[in-house]
Amino acid sequence: MSAAGRPVAHESARGHVTGQALYVDDLAGRFPNLLHAWPVLAPHAHARVTSIDTTAALAVPGVVTALTSADVPGENDSGPIRHDEPVFPAEVMFHGQPVAWVLGDTLAAAQEGAARVQASYEALPAILTIEGAIEAGSYLTEPLRLARGDMTALASSPLRFDGELAIGGQEHFYLETQSAIAWFDESGGVAVHSSTQHPSETQEIVARVLGVPKHRVIAECLRMGGAFGGKEVQANVWAAVAALGVWKTGRPVRVRLTRALDMALTGKRHPFLARYTAGLSGDGRLQALRLALFSDGGWSLDLSEPIMWRALFHCDNAYHLPAVEAVGRVCRTHKTSQTAFRGFGGPQGMLVIEEILARAAADLSLPAHIVRERNFYRDGDTTHYGQPVEQAGRIADIWTQLKDTSRFDDRRAAVAAFNARSAHVKRGLAITPVKFGISFTATFFNQAGALVLVYRDGSVQVNHGGTEMGQGLFTKIQQIAADGLGVTLDRVRLMPTRTDKVPNTAPTAASAGTDLNGAAVLDACAQLRGRLQPVAAGLLGCDPADVRFADNAATGAGRRVPFGAVCDAAYLQRTPLFAQGYYRTPGIHFDATTGTGKPFHYFAYGAAVSEVEIDGFTGDHRLLRTDILQDVGDSISPVVDRGQIEGGFIQGVGWLTIEELLWDERGRVATGGASTYKLPSWSELPEVFEVNTLERASQPDVIFGSKAVGEPPLMLALSVREAIRDAAAAFGHGPTAVTFASPATPERVFFAVAQARAVRAALR
Amino acid sequence: MAAVPHIDFVLNGRPVRVEAPSTGLTLLDFVRERGLTGAKEGCAEGECGACAVIVVAPEGAGSAYRVANSCLLSLPQAAGHEVYTVEGLAGTGELTAAQEAMAAAGGSQCGYCTPGFVMSLFAEQYRPGRVGPCDPMAMGGNLCRCTGYRPIRDAALSLGPAPPGPWLERLSQPAPRLEAVRLPEFSRPTTLDECLALMATQPDAAIVAGGSDLGVESNLKGTRWSHVISLEGIGELRELTEDGVSVRIGAALPLADLERLWTDAPAVFAGWFALFASPSIRNRATLGGNLATASPIGDSAPLLLALDADIHVAGRDGRRAIPIASFFTGYRRTALERGEIVTAVELRQPYAKHLRFYKVAKRRLDDISTVAAAMAVDRDVDGRVRRARFAFGGVAATPVRIIEAEEAAAGQPWTAATVERVQRALERTLAPISDARGSADYRRQVACSLVEKFFEESRT
Repeated sequence: MSAAGRPVAHESARGHVTGQALYVDDLAGRFPNLLHAWPVLAPHAHARVTSIDTTAALAVPGVVTALTSADVPGENDSGPIRHDEPVFPAEVMFHGQPVAWVLGDTLAAAQEGAARVQASYEALPAILTIEGAIEAGSYLTEPLRLARGDMTALASSPLRFDGELAIGGQEHFYLETQSAIAWFDESGGVAVHSSTQHPSETQEIVARVLGVPKHRVIAECLRMGGAFGGKEVQANVWAAVAALGVWKTGRPVRVRLTRALDMALTGKRHPFLARYTAGLSGDGRLQALRLALFSDGGWSLDLSEPIMWRALFHCDNAYHLPAVEAVGRVCRTHKTSQTAFRGFGGPQGMLVIEEILARAAADLSLPAHIVRERNFYRDGDTTHYGQPVEQAGRIADIWTQLKDTSRFDDRRAAVAAFNARSAHVKRGLAITPVKFGISFTATFFNQAGALVLVYRDGSVQVNHGGTEMGQGLFTKIQQIAADGLGVTLDRVRLMPTRTDKVPNTAPTAASAGTDLNGAAVLDACAQLRGRLQPVAAGLLGCDPADVRFADNAATGAGRRVPFGAVCDAAYLQRTPLFAQGYYRTPGIHFDATTGTGKPFHYFAYGAAVSEVEIDGFTGDHRLLRTDILQDVGDSISPVVDRGQIEGGFIQGVGWLTIEELLWDERGRVATGGASTYKLPSWSELPEVFEVNTLERASQPDVIFGSKAVGEPPLMLALSVREAIRDAAAAFGHGPTAVTFASPATPERVFFAVAQARAVRAALR
Repeated sequence: MAAVPHIDFVLNGRPVRVEAPSTGLTLLDFVRERGLTGAKEGCAEGECGACAVIVVAPEGAGSAYRVANSCLLSLPQAAGHEVYTVEGLAGTGELTAAQEAMAAAGGSQCGYCTPGFVMSLFAEQYRPGRVGPCDPMAMGGNLCRCTGYRPIRDAALSLGPAPPGPWLERLSQPAPRLEAVRLPEFSRPTTLDECLALMATQPDAAIVAGGSDLGVESNLKGTRWSHVISLEGIGELRELTEDGVSVRIGAALPLADLERLWTDAPAVFAGWFALFASPSIRNRATLGGNLATASPIGDSAPLLLALDADIHVAGRDGRRAIPIASFFTGYRRTALERGEIVTAVELRQPYAKHLRFYKVAKRRLDDISTVAAAMAVDRDVDGRVRRARFAFGGVAATPVRIIEAEEAAAGQPWTAATVERVQRALERTLAPISDARGSADYRRQVACSLVEKFFEESRT
């Protein structure tokens, strides 16, 4: 029986529920003489460091040493692309930036020591907003540009309007904060346990800071307690600090950020500012769009450039833009360096086009869902960057199916009836589509390696470059390897991700973990199966072509041999029982100078219907019901995929409604803890939550016909924002163009309701 | 030779003795250092529940499993308790029903929060007197960033009665009796007199009831105290007494016990309990603590202000009652004299006919209020307002009753016009601030708007 396609529980489920599943900091007790690290935090958003005196810190009992730039044997920098992130800065670039680290026998000693480090600063002016950066000309990139079509269509469009939209950022709030433990291994190398999505880059940054070749460094990731993009590059520096401490003291070193430190020091989803002019026909068809996107990149480049590219790629969402000129630029501000977060700029781009279509619908007195569907891509269309929209028909298919199963039209009537009799509580209903491009836009990342080891007893170890952060990659890989070798799941052990097993790996990101690593693992399994086939044929007395591997056995000619017996025979016949697998995504390319190409292997599609209820007295809303239909191809792991869809959706709901990320006038994160920054809790779970996947959706050229599922569902939450808009408008009279910045907090919705009522009063 | 100061408690069924336990060490740190790493630190302020453990608490003649955030308990507070971590549940290798259900339903993704959810769900399954499926809201103090909660809800709904066996049998036995604890840094007296005497000798001591506020201050601000006095062992402070005219709520009675024991509480309290923090916080938090900490955004003060509660306090010079309207004297300041503690809150019947509590926050459940309001109106036979109470949190440095607004309503018919008079009075008197929870403008406007909401709900 095939393992793929079965609704199996998470590969580590038993470990999770018993507490036996280990995370980096759970290993602290395994390292005798462990040192604990604590940072010295700069009390300015922007300043020159004029001196650092660690004398008083070193006098604290239990303090072993302090780390400063003088201790760096290699390069004092952890920037992943541009080398613009000093580990020990001479110029402080955001509030709380660590300028030194203190190592102690206990955490308390390190903390006490850090408090006693005497650092002095010369404060400099700080830029803390996108508007301030634009005014000051403070940017991290040149303008990035995608354009096509005849922009004179803008002037001739019957409906034309301008707008500006502020989009808030989002804190990852992975439950496990950034953590690393480093030590000298037994043969002169430095090893590090890191909660990282990109062990190869963690290895690279550690080697860079220590000034050693990469082969001296081993990075390992057991699993992460959530990451969501926040550990794609931002795990590196903590590993580097731990490794530097090892280098200096010879003792193992632990770095673990508390929640307060993590929120103060690590990057978030980019806040965006969008300025647009849109032109539409009288029946609501987009004619032309001029769009300027500004993102708040924070103090260093990080991944901000590809994130802006993805925002530009996705400013169409599922809609055909005949003429468009979209320009994006990353602002440099004196804040945390904003980074990858599920969707990687895509959500911000899509939010803008949904805002535009909602406004157009109100201006044209058309239902928003009609305007949306009139603009869908059709088969044969290409995107504004020249990529054919393959399977474009799925957008309308999903839409129609979902409207039907969610009884969209009936419920629209019911909502209108409810609103007619309810003065203070109004309901809103909205449907929105998602089209999301799958692949790293940095083409070279679209490769993966695997190392599959089979032992004489037929048990299997699988190594690959992907990391497990809860997204179920290891579950799917286990299923793929089981089917690849014809064994049951319990025969396949997934090994922690280590750079000494598979080198030069890509980050586990861009939703592509299974597509890439799964294909590499399957490649290795196919090689092994090919070698085992003749051995089994010999044992079974049949033609090699007739051998079948399934359920821990080889069969052929009506006979059956246990898989372990085949492996043992293969060993005795001197057949190698390990194989390296490799995969590279075919046919993708993008030219940034022309803004054209095929950056994505394929698109993932979906749609959601959400219904909300707003209390006009407070602006508070409840999510009553959500229906989702998502295209996941042929699902390898239905429980995992459903979990990704639901979890991504709710995370998107958080971003768009309650997760309000704020900085104060000094540049400190004002919502820097769980008591001020609110994640979705039980109150955000819709009372009715219907989730389905598209049937007969096999995806050509992807492992087992599946499709990526990590990021696309996050953007299904746009349906909630649009439903809130619909409900707020119901407080007005007739179609009302209600606009509000994101997230739609009760405060913003309260004032949006007031805006709608004011229109009503004016009409009266 | 004098014995080394120590505490004893039971951890996963085995006795544990800790010599010279520090109040600066949390129970979470302690269990993790012993290799019990299932409990995790997710937030260090009792918001996420990743550190949840079970503490056996008395209930009726037997006991109950109560979830507590181990990040908010200092190690000495564990003295005498019976504590379970997730490692204690599947000790024999066989998963408990709660664990099986979570795993089977796809209730874990990254798994980091999962042990905490398991502890909450396990405690819920064994909740004495529970019927039907488990209530998913029992996990309201646990945050998950991965799943979106649906599979966890399904796991809870799939669980029926607690299976027979040692876990169930344990509950028919009483919980451990809390004895007095005297350590250099920590005391847990068992009588009020003993407590007051200690406070006299340790004038700078911090007083802790549940620890849901003090633990946060310790974790996030690094505050340390020369001495901490726990009220947890004083039976008198944990009583609920009713005599038909008034109800006295012991200041150190956990809110979860209050909710369970106060069977004829005014209807407004049912909604109020659900909005007060989370179940795991309510298992520890107390009314006395919520009042004495005098937060301007505490949840209990507006409601108690609207009910004209009396705050009973005791000191070495005796006992007195302070009307709640004069209890809060400034930002984080109360009318408590040095050496005095809150002993009880007293509410007198009859309660107002129309009494409502509203909490406006970014997140509907388990958030800190942007604005909280409690409103009460009683009318004469001719429909005029005899007595009105408009009490707010989040609009001033202290929880406040807005007397001017109450006077604007007094003697008037309860009509839209009167509501407008009340709103004008609020606009004149409210001077909220802008912060991360909301702007001053929103706070002022939503406070006025809530009066309208109250009017809609109290017209008849």
